[in-house]
Amino acid sequence: MGQRPLGKAEPNWSFERWLLRGFNREFAAKILFATSACAAILAVGLICVFLFIQGLPAIGNIGIFNFLTGTEWRPTWTPPLFGILPMIVGSLYITAGAIFFGVPVGIFTAVFMAKFCPRFVYVVLKPAVNLLAGIPSVVYGYFGMVVLVPFVRNHFGGNGNSILTASLLLGMMILPTIITISESAIRAIPQEMYGGAVALGASHERATFFVVLPAAKSGVMASIVLGIGRAVGETMAVRMVAGNQAVMRMPHEFLLGARTLTSNVVIELGYAYGDHRAALIATGVVLFVFILLINALFGMLKKRGDN
Amino acid sequence: MENLSLGLEAVEEIASLKISNRKIMGRKPMDFFLFAFTWLGIGITAAVLLFVVGYVLINGLPHIRPSLFAVQFTTENQSLFPALMGTLMILGLALVLAVPLGIFSAIFLVEYATRGSRFVKIVRLTTETLAGIPSIVYGLFGFIFFGVFLGWGLSLMSGAFTVSIMILPLIMRTTEESLKSVPDTYREGSFGLGAGRLRTVMRIVLPAATPGILAGIILTIGRIIGETAAIIFTLGNVARMPNHLFDTGRTLSAHMYALANEGTHPGEAHATAAVLLLVVILINALSSWIAKFVKS
Amino acid sequence: MNKFSIKNMNLWYRDFQALHGINIEIPAHQITAFIGPSGCGKSTLIKSLNRMNDLVEGCRIEGEILLDGQDIYGGIDVNALRKRVGMVFQKPNPFPMSVYDNIAYGPRTHGIKSKFKLNEIVEKSLYDAAIWDELKDRLKKSALSLSGGQQQRLCIARALSVQPDVLLMDEPTSALDPISTAKIEELTIKLKKDYTIVIVTHNMQQAVRISDNTGFFLLGEMIEYSDTEKLFSIPKDKRTEDYITGRFG
Repeated sequence: MGQRPLGKAEPNWSFERWLLRGFNREFAAKILFATSACAAILAVGLICVFLFIQGLPAIGNIGIFNFLTGTEWRPTWTPPLFGILPMIVGSLYITAGAIFFGVPVGIFTAVFMAKFCPRFVYVVLKPAVNLLAGIPSVVYGYFGMVVLVPFVRNHFGGNGNSILTASLLLGMMILPTIITISESAIRAIPQEMYGGAVALGASHERATFFVVLPAAKSGVMASIVLGIGRAVGETMAVRMVAGNQAVMRMPHEFLLGARTLTSNVVIELGYAYGDHRAALIATGVVLFVFILLINALFGMLKKRGDN
Repeated sequence: MENLSLGLEAVEEIASLKISNRKIMGRKPMDFFLFAFTWLGIGITAAVLLFVVGYVLINGLPHIRPSLFAVQFTTENQSLFPALMGTLMILGLALVLAVPLGIFSAIFLVEYATRGSRFVKIVRLTTETLAGIPSIVYGLFGFIFFGVFLGWGLSLMSGAFTVSIMILPLIMRTTEESLKSVPDTYREGSFGLGAGRLRTVMRIVLPAATPGILAGIILTIGRIIGETAAIIFTLGNVARMPNHLFDTGRTLSAHMYALANEGTHPGEAHATAAVLLLVVILINALSSWIAKFVKS
Repeated sequence: MNKFSIKNMNLWYRDFQALHGINIEIPAHQITAFIGPSGCGKSTLIKSLNRMNDLVEGCRIEGEILLDGQDIYGGIDVNALRKRVGMVFQKPNPFPMSVYDNIAYGPRTHGIKSKFKLNEIVEKSLYDAAIWDELKDRLKKSALSLSGGQQQRLCIARALSVQPDVLLMDEPTSALDPISTAKIEELTIKLKKDYTIVIVTHNMQQAVRISDNTGFFLLGEMIEYSDTEKLFSIPKDKRTEDYITGRFG
């Protein structure tokens, strides 16, 4: 019985060996993979650094108070006025409107898909919701321009490019986000909970809405928060139907146009330079900070839902 | 009054017990409302989808003519061909940049890193952050960093790099999911035969995860094709085909945006919307078709 | 002659000590069985013999495990060790590829490329695992299409393909029907001529039927280790007796 040494067997040719010849392959591969994993960190770092480096001085020059609470956006005046409150308020109205239209429909749809849906409907509905998520925002925007704008003009008045129109359109666009995340939250609730309620004599509807849905609360909330994030960040579709006047609006003026933070950037960045450009980047910074806060909230809710 | 309503409720209680749970009639009012609202919700969702897709296709398909695919874009003939080529170039470049990076990152997170280590947590956090950033912020960043700071201007390079950062989290997440769905017994089997980690990953885990990864990449393609806000400030929105890496151009969705804004060529706008939508439908179908392999 | 000598071995999963002071000698060309109730550490021990425990996070080992006198935890190439100490798992785990590629994976890993040589190895391994006749016409078929029993014998063939000295079997028949189990037991006995076999089983009858030596484990300790016949007829320890007579477990 010969002793075979436990030394290293010298391997023959193979692609990954050839690729990493001369190195300790395992080690080299690990370094390669680890370096790649740093890409995401690097990207977030770069985005933060460059947005803040370019945006914060502008906010400093304008004065943070003047910038955030100024009601006049007059980039071409001398001296120019850079107040983004109208845009903050505009984003707020349109997002609130989108939530108003999108959330109830989304949640009822999610409940349907998780608890009411026959199998043969589900196999059609699920891809349909995925498709809804995949439609590009310019296509939504275009649909809004040619269908929703005339609809609102004819039935509600105004010229059609309005807060209401943008809210309706965004309400449609956040549907898949609300549906997908709420549905999986509802599905994650143990079947025993439902069974327990039904065993006590609750009807299917009652058990679903008063036992299962409340149990899935944090997941459903997470879906709403993510929907808010989508709505705040949406650019092209909103820009195409919202009218885009950089004017302070009151809530009852929902048939007039408004400009959001995102459309402010997309409309003017193309031709802006100097202080104007810096002010637009600063608008982006404000948007970015909003989104970070919303994402943090989403992360918290999701974590709570998982526990 | 009080007694009467109680009595009614009792009657209904009995009725609902007798009649099958699935029937609409004989429900308590509350149940009926919930039931009705559920159907209303799903009805609205279905209507939104059918209306958007139906409207765009019905109005767009008749306008798709051969002249739309003419090589040259002119004011008279708003051909979408240059935009189509621009889309393909951005697509190719962005995938070349982001796919290996995303797959390697996911391999590191799933196959190499200690679960729950600080590094993994940071990578997770940054990936989620990237996934949440709206495309206009990517556009702004790409404009500042690639366009101005690196001096690439409005170009294929600026556009592709910006978009590749955007899609990185998507590729990472879908790849991670696919790798995790490969049973550990495969890994054990391979290690048990004396294969190293690299060989186990490359020869056993990755092939088994390929359908899932592919489905993810195809979804990503849909995302790139639909992207507009990040494109117009990095690639630009000029109606011609880019001639080299640092040349400007446009993509289909940017083309769509320009047509819609100008409003002078409604037929072409309808047609372009339809083409975009068709591509997305195709991509979604392809992706879920491939994803089926994962399950079987 | 002893293949493995384990001396004063302790094993922890993070703070949990799974094995306490194990001392055992495993003779070559015999079948050694580890029995005991689930969670007793028998699987943990067998996985230490080819260092599969390295893959478990937070696993720490103290003491010595010698293979032919050489410490397997002392700076040796793990992959070479695993080539020499093959393993068959609880659940059949063929790779999602053809029967042929399943068997050829091992030799290819260790650098064999020649088509001729690979064919030879595949045939010999399948033949040794007593499954050649069943599979010779289905070499290009997916291994996942085989029955559970065939899959497990394929996995044995796959383990044999790298010409190991030792074959570790971790409850290899627990997922199989009685007929497949009988085939695998028969095969195991046949294989002991060429290989040293260590088998973990929760089926005491199996240990009696096939093994030469048996170790009884309880709560991470080795209670008793001796000749199989002796252990089952005149157990020295009260706990062994209780277990084999079915009072617990």
